Order: sequence, then structure tokens, then C-alpha cells
Amino acid sequence: MRIIYTDVLVVGGGLAGLRAAVGARRRGHDVIILSLVPPKRSHSAAAQGGMQASLGNTVKGEGDNEDVHFEDTVRGSDWGCDQDVARLFVHTAPQAVRELAAWGVPWNRIKAGDREVIMDGKRVTLTEGQAAHGLIAARDFGGTKKWRTCYVSDGTGHAMLYAVSDQAVAESIPVHERMEAVALIHEGGRCHGAVVRNLVTGELTAYVAKATCIATGGFGRIYRVTSNAVINEGIGAAIALETGAACLGNMEAVQFHPTTIFPAGILVTEGCRGDGGLLKDAAGHRFMPDYEPEKKELASRDVVSRRMEEHIRAGHGVKSRFGEHLWLDITLLGAAHIDGKLREVKEICQHFLGIDPSRDLIPVRPAQHYSMGGIRTDARGHARGLKGLFACGEAACWDLHGFNRLGGNSVAETVVAGMLVGENMADFVESAAGELRVSTALVRACLDAEQAKLDTLLHGNGTESGAELMRRMQDIMTDKVGIFRTGELLHAAVEELQGLLLRSRRIGLRTRRPGGNPELVTAYRVQKMLKLALCVAYGALQRTESRGAHFREDYPRRDDASWLKRTLATWQDDFQTLPTLAYEALDVASMELPPGWRGYGARNAIEHPATAGRAAEIDAIRSAFGHADRFTVQQALMPFDHLIPARFRGRNARPGETS
Amino acid sequence: MNAASSGPRALTLRILRSSPTEGIAPHWQDFHVEEAEGMTLFIALNEVRETLDPALQFDFVCRAGICGSCGMLINGKPGLACRSLTRDLGALITLAPLPVFELIGDLSVNTGKWMRGTAERLETWIHSSQEVDLTAVETPMEPELAEAIYELDRCIECGCCVAGCGTLRMREEFVGAIGLNKIARFRLDPRDERSDDDFYQLIGDDTGVFGCMSLLACHDVCPKGLPLQTQIAFLRRKMAASGA
Ligand SMILES: Cc1cc2nc3c(=O)[nH]c(=O)nc-3n(C[C@H](O)[C@H](O)[C@H](O)COP(=O)(O)OP(=O)(O)OC[C@H]3O[C@@H](n4cnc5c(N)ncnc54)[C@H](O)[C@@H]3O)c2cc1C
Ligand code: SF4
Ligand code: SF4
Ligand code: FES
Repeated sequence: MRIIYTDVLVVGGGLAGLRAAVGARRRGHDVIILSLVPPKRSHSAAAQGGMQASLGNTVKGEGDNEDVHFEDTVRGSDWGCDQDVARLFVHTAPQAVRELAAWGVPWNRIKAGDREVIMDGKRVTLTEGQAAHGLIAARDFGGTKKWRTCYVSDGTGHAMLYAVSDQAVAESIPVHERMEAVALIHEGGRCHGAVVRNLVTGELTAYVAKATCIATGGFGRIYRVTSNAVINEGIGAAIALETGAACLGNMEAVQFHPTTIFPAGILVTEGCRGDGGLLKDAAGHRFMPDYEPEKKELASRDVVSRRMEEHIRAGHGVKSRFGEHLWLDITLLGAAHIDGKLREVKEICQHFLGIDPSRDLIPVRPAQHYSMGGIRTDARGHARGLKGLFACGEAACWDLHGFNRLGGNSVAETVVAGMLVGENMADFVESAAGELRVSTALVRACLDAEQAKLDTLLHGNGTESGAELMRRMQDIMTDKVGIFRTGELLHAAVEELQGLLLRSRRIGLRTRRPGGNPELVTAYRVQKMLKLALCVAYGALQRTESRGAHFREDYPRRDDASWLKRTLATWQDDFQTLPTLAYEALDVASMELPPGWRGYGARNAIEHPATAGRAAEIDAIRSAFGHADRFTVQQALMPFDHLIPARFRGRNARPGETS
Repeated sequence: MNAASSGPRALTLRILRSSPTEGIAPHWQDFHVEEAEGMTLFIALNEVRETLDPALQFDFVCRAGICGSCGMLINGKPGLACRSLTRDLGALITLAPLPVFELIGDLSVNTGKWMRGTAERLETWIHSSQEVDLTAVETPMEPELAEAIYELDRCIECGCCVAGCGTLRMREEFVGAIGLNKIARFRLDPRDERSDDDFYQLIGDDTGVFGCMSLLACHDVCPKGLPLQTQIAFLRRKMAASGA
């Protein structure tokens, strides 16, 4: 029996996992990171456009601060997010950017003086002041009031991931690569680590830890058309679900990104539109202003994606042999801008489409992009239902994003959550609850159970093909659980997925070798992925309203009266074919920003009975505190300081702000 | 796009198969697939795995040319498979794992171990004695300098330059173009307090900048177009001065 002991086990070597690991290590604890691939290959590297933080350095960011970022995030989420978490996040994000700057991220910097930019299709001159020269720059992104997205050309995620990964090396944190967590070890509501499969040799090892953190990213690959990397299969979320104790939040909240190249699904950043790019139809007409006169191309992603599909349905798509698409036009930005600030986009266009985006239009269509749902945690990142289990990054439903994440808020979330969860895990490990009390009998039983499952696949007499089930699942999700949802389609999807789940118990393999066997990997992963797919489809079927990225054609209104709540999915019994759903109400009475209109998209929500009362209460507090500074007012509305680890409590300085 | 008058091409992927864990020695195996429009080696290899041999090993992550996972020898030349379009290649395509790195099986090699070793040896992180106040406004940096650092920061650790390097095949401890580029990157960065003497300690011998034969195979194969040639030449001058 192979057992490895550590204080903290971090499953996932992307931005979230690495930053959490560094935090716990600096507090003096032993940390091991597991990753399917070398950490710098994690999908965080693919983030192009940037990271939101309210530094307020640039002239178009003047007046920005935590309050503005908070409101944008809550509106973006369509009021689905946890507002405490949103506050924690906007408070810590500037510190995260500055920490990364100190760690070597070459953030683009402001140049004093005049500069030409494209805004709303027109050339405009912006003038940056001397005092801002050399400070971190920001670009415009969808759904934000200010230019707040800090960036490194369009290789932001790459630069961030390399800096944080190298910090982990500097801290001598071991990363066990090509190792996959396939089950959690737990008993009586306490997690003790994970059973881990070596992807090269096939061997199983138990990693026993005082605190375990899942930071395994999103699960986009349950869809056929997705911007996600091929390793984004959601196994981390699935093994939490399989404990029957932890739960997954809001799995039906799936984001579709407006601009992935057609038909490959490779992303071109929102920065293209932020920097002035336009969406056009078959006739060359710029159609977004017709639908969204206010924010146009820069409404939130859920809105833009829907408008694009609507426009295609109305017969304005460009027809091609692979189907219909629209155009993204960045030619107006000019070759110099594209060569400097959108070079990954340029390379992708060259290599995958054979076009030059400074001269040619880019064929685009929305595709699955981000998983707002994930392992439900509290504001400290501690998983609900399982002590000693933490989660952060895209794998978690911490719940910063509710039903729609803003561009640039995700990589920001990964590092911010990593900073906080690293501290919180250290606190836990140092507390009495963090004591390691686990019997080797339990560990052995967990190892044996996983080995038995693998043996059944390897040596059983199943006849189903894992690859075929995977393909079918991905088709169902893309065709029936996509941007436009209906009861009928979702019902069919749930039925079919259940059928696939049953079939997945009878998978047989052609290759029976235990290690280095991609067929085996597909087989056990598809069994888990089908459970995630069912959480998404079934959650979407039950949610009879439209909120953020979850859009029901048969229930087009946001219904705060009945649905201002978070879906919680559990899977207690392996023989279930549907998740058990429960709901967690969001408390309007304690919200800093009660539900209202987002400022873009439809304006037809059904009001929650407590909304008006809370709004009046907030008005009263605001007038009572008439001349107090914004921090005092905020404290009175929704105190959150107690949730921040002491070392991150300080106030963020801004060049223009005296506090 | 191709005017496909004569129907799709029949492609032969000639792949160097092996499995060290199972004692299967390297041997070539041919697979036949029908070319499709816009087909990349990522698509072709997955088709082989799905329809012909479910055990075929290879590494893809981003499939978009940004993560550096899929370096392999394509017709003998190191390159990223995911962004290689089959239409740019002949009907017979040979694929082999990158040399120098530890072989995992078929087209999969352990670049991760090599890269971690390089990071530890060259200490590829900012060395700073300053305690940073995270709530204070950041230290300014010239915009051009930030861009110049990013230029060198764009390396995706794909290992293509390593596989193409003549010196590395003879001298295992050579840091390679990637290692030299990393030193150039941190040397340029004012946040890193290391001096040229410190860098000399790391690369001032023939496992470092003086081992390079400047034949520049690395420069030609780098998929990110990093300025390896100028950086190596520049470093050599600086290190020669530092060692003198
Ligand atoms: C193309 C693209 C562009 C994007 N651009 C932006 C952007 O500009 N701005 C923004 O804010 N966000 C962007 N996002 C979103 C953002 O990049 C991700 O949400 C974020 O990087 C996720 O980070 P993470 O650390 O949570 O997970 P990841 O970076 O996905 O890392 C997951 C890690 O977990 C490991 N892992 C997974 N499963 C297991 C297992 N079972 N056992 C062991 N290890 C495992 C993997 O090896 C990997 O190391 C983009 C996303 C995509 C797809
Ligand atoms: S120039 Fe130097 S580093 Fe580049 S391939 Fe030749 S020997 Fe290797
Ligand atoms: S320098 Fe170029 S070829 Fe070498 S590892 Fe980096 S990206 Fe790849
Ligand atoms: S798979 Fe990422 S570079 Fe090819």
C-alpha cells in the first residue's frame, strides 16, 4: 500500500492551486501539488485578455474603486453571486495584481501623453497624465463601467502562470506531475486526502493530508464545442460529488463566450472587442447596437452570445460548409496594435484559419467557455459538507460569478482565492480540527475500491465504448443544453444522459494494459463526466427562469420571487442516475446591492418580495451616513472584514485617491 | 482553402511507437486517415486514437498553440503538432517523440521534469530582498521595458529548441537556448536584483553560454519566434565581459 503524507494536498497546478500552495507553504506547512500535466501547461496559460482589479491608474479608469468593481460583478452575475465573496474579491484583487507585479509579471504599463484608441467604431484620443506614467495599464472589457482589465499583451494568463509557477519552485514545493486524483478519502464528514492514479504507470497511491484543496479548473469538455483545453474534464469536481457529502453549486450556470473561431472553437479574447473590434453579419452590418444600444459589443458575455445566436436565427449568419457564423472585425485597430497587443490572436488566425486579422475578418460563433458552477464552498473556501476539503478557482462555486462571470474576473479570482484559501488552509491545519486522525484501514479500503473499479474496466466483459459515450454526451450537451434552453430539449437531454450513464457501467476496453492507457482514462473519466453533465442538464431543467447565462425560452424572465437561490447537487449513492437537488436561498435582506436591472439585456425580472424593503433600508443607511467616507458606509451596509485574513486587510492605495 | 476537385487526400501517419514501461522498443507504425478540411495533426492523431488504436500516446492540452505540450518531430523537424495543418504537409507524415527528453511512450515525452530541473538550476524567479507592500501603488516601469521583458517571457517551454540543439545531444547538462533565454529575461528585469556576476555563476561555462555553438537550429524551430539568436549573442558578450 503506497501512502504519502503531507500537511496540505493541492489537487491542481493552475493559477488557483499554485497560489494556494505558495500561501500554505509560506506559513510553514508541507505542501504537495498534483497535476495532470506540468503545471505551466494548465489551462490558466490560455487566458489571453486580462485580469480585473480596480487600480484606477488609467484615464479611463479614473474614479474606479472596490465599490464600482463590486457593482459590476454583482450585476454581471445577474444577482446570483454571493455578495460577501464579491466584496472579499474586489478588495483583494488590487493586492493580487501588485503581488504578481513584484513576482515579475510584465504588466503592460501606461505611457504618459496622447494615444489613439478605437471606441465605438471611432478613433478617439486619450491623454494619460504624467503621474500615471509607468503604472499598470488597463483595457476595456464587457460589462464593466471602467477600464479595469490589467493585461500583458494577450498572453496574460501565460505570464501570470509562469510567475506563480516559478514562485512555487522558489518555495521548493514538489509538483507530482501526470498524477490524477480519482477519488477523495473521507469518513464521517471529514476529508483525509485523495486516491491518486499515476497516468504513466497506472499505479494508485493514497495521498493523506490534513487539508485537501481542489483546484482542478473547469469542465468545459462535457461539451463538444468549447474553448477549453482537452484536460478540462472536471474530474476534481466529480470526485467531490462522488463523496455524497460535498455538493456542487449552480452547475447549470455555464458560460458561452461570444468569440471563438469557427468551427475549431479556439478562443479569441474579449480584448478584441474591448480594444474596439466590432461584430458584423453576412451583410457586413454591425448589428450589436440594434440590440444593445447602450453597451453594444461590450454587454456581458451571456447577453452578447445570445444576441449573436438570435441574429443568426433571424437569417443574418454567414453560411459556410461547417454551418453558420458571424464576423469579428478587428481590422480597424490597425496592424501595429494587433502586432503588439493581440499577438496570440494574430498567431491563432494565421495558424488555424490562414488569415491575417489586420486585413481579414475573423469567423466566430459562441462556444462553451466557463463553468460558473463547481464545488460549493463558504467564503473561506471550505467545502460545504466535508471538513478539511477546500476548493478554489474555476473548480469551486465560491460564488463570485453567480450566473455569469465577467471577462477578466476569472484569472483574478484564481489568484485572489488562492491567496485567501492558502491562509485559510494554514489556519485550519494549525487548529484542533486540522489534526490528522485517519485509520490505515480506511485508506486501504479506499485504495482497494478504486483498484477494483479499474480492474472491472480492464478485465470485465463490458462491451460499451467509452469514446463513443463521450462523443454522444458532448453532442447532447452542445445541442440541447446550450445557449437557448427549453423544457423539452432539457428533458430529452436528461433522459439520454441517464441512458448513457447506465451504459457507462458496462464499458469494455480493447487495450488492457494498466498504465499509459488513454482508452482506460477515457473510460473512467466519462463515467464521472456523465454525472457532471446530469447535474448541469437536470439543474437547468428544474430552473424555470432565465438568469445570466442560463436562458430558458419557455421561461424568459428572471424570477427573483421563486429562483433567487443556488442549486446544490449531491450524489449520495453510486447507483443513482440523477443528482439530488436542494436549494440555498440568497438572503436579500443582507445584500449590499439588492436585485435590479443590470443596465443591459432584458428588463423584465419578477421581483423578490424583500427587495423593496431592503432597498429602502439601504437608502436610509446611506442618508444617515451622509458625509461618511465610502468605507464607513460600506461597513454599515454589509460588513465583510472578518472574512479577510489579517494580512490582506489593508486599504488599497490608488494614485488619484486620498482616503 | 483547397479546391478539392480530386476528393480528399489519403494521409499516412508514420509514427514512432514505443513503451518503455512495457519494454516495447521503438518501431514505426503506419496509420491511414482521410484528410478533412482544416485538419491539424491534433485532429488527425485523435482520429487515429478513436478509430484505429485507442492506446496511442501523445500530449495535447490547449490545442491552440499556446501551452507547449505537443512538441514532436514532424517530418524530422521539431514543431507544435496542434497547430500544424495537414494541408501544409505531404501525404506521408512522419511523427516521432522529441529527443533529449525522457521518453514516456509513443509521442509523449517528459518535458515537465526537464523544465523543472532548469527552473531550479537557473533559479528562474525574481530575486528580490524587498518586502513588497501589496496595498501601496506599484513601482512604475517604462512601458517599453515591460514589453521587452514580455517578448522574452513568451517562451512556452515546448522543448522544440532543446530537441533541435546539436550541443544538447552531446552534452546533457547544457542549459539550451531556452535556459539562456530565461537568463536573458531575468537579467533584463529590474525587479531581479541579481548581477551579471551572479548570472555568470549560472551560465558562465560550457554547460551555459560558452557551450553554445551558435548554429541556431533553436532559433529556426522556436514556434513563438523568440529572438534566440540575438539574445544568445548578447548574453555571450555580457558574460565574456563579466568573466574577464
Ligand atoms: C481560452 C480561454 C481564455 C481565457 N481568458 C481569460 C481571461 O482573459 N481572463 C480571465 O479572467 N479568465 C479567462 N479565462 C478563464 C480562466 O483562464 C480560467 O477560469 C482559470 O485560468 C482557471 O484556473 P484554475 O487554476 O482554476 O484551473 P486550471 O488552470 O484549469 O488548472 C487546473 C489544474 O488542475 C489539474 N487537474 C485537473 N484535474 C485533476 C485531477 N483529477 N487530478 C490532479 N490534477 C488535476 C490540471 O492539471 C491543472 O494543473 C479563459 C479561459 C479560456 C478557456
Ligand atoms: S545556437 Fe546554441 S542553443 Fe541554439 S541550437 Fe545551436 S547550440 Fe543549441
Ligand atoms: S525558446 Fe521557443 S522553442 Fe524553446 S522552449 Fe521556449 S518556446 Fe519552445
Ligand atoms: S496542445 Fe498546447 S501548444 Fe499544442
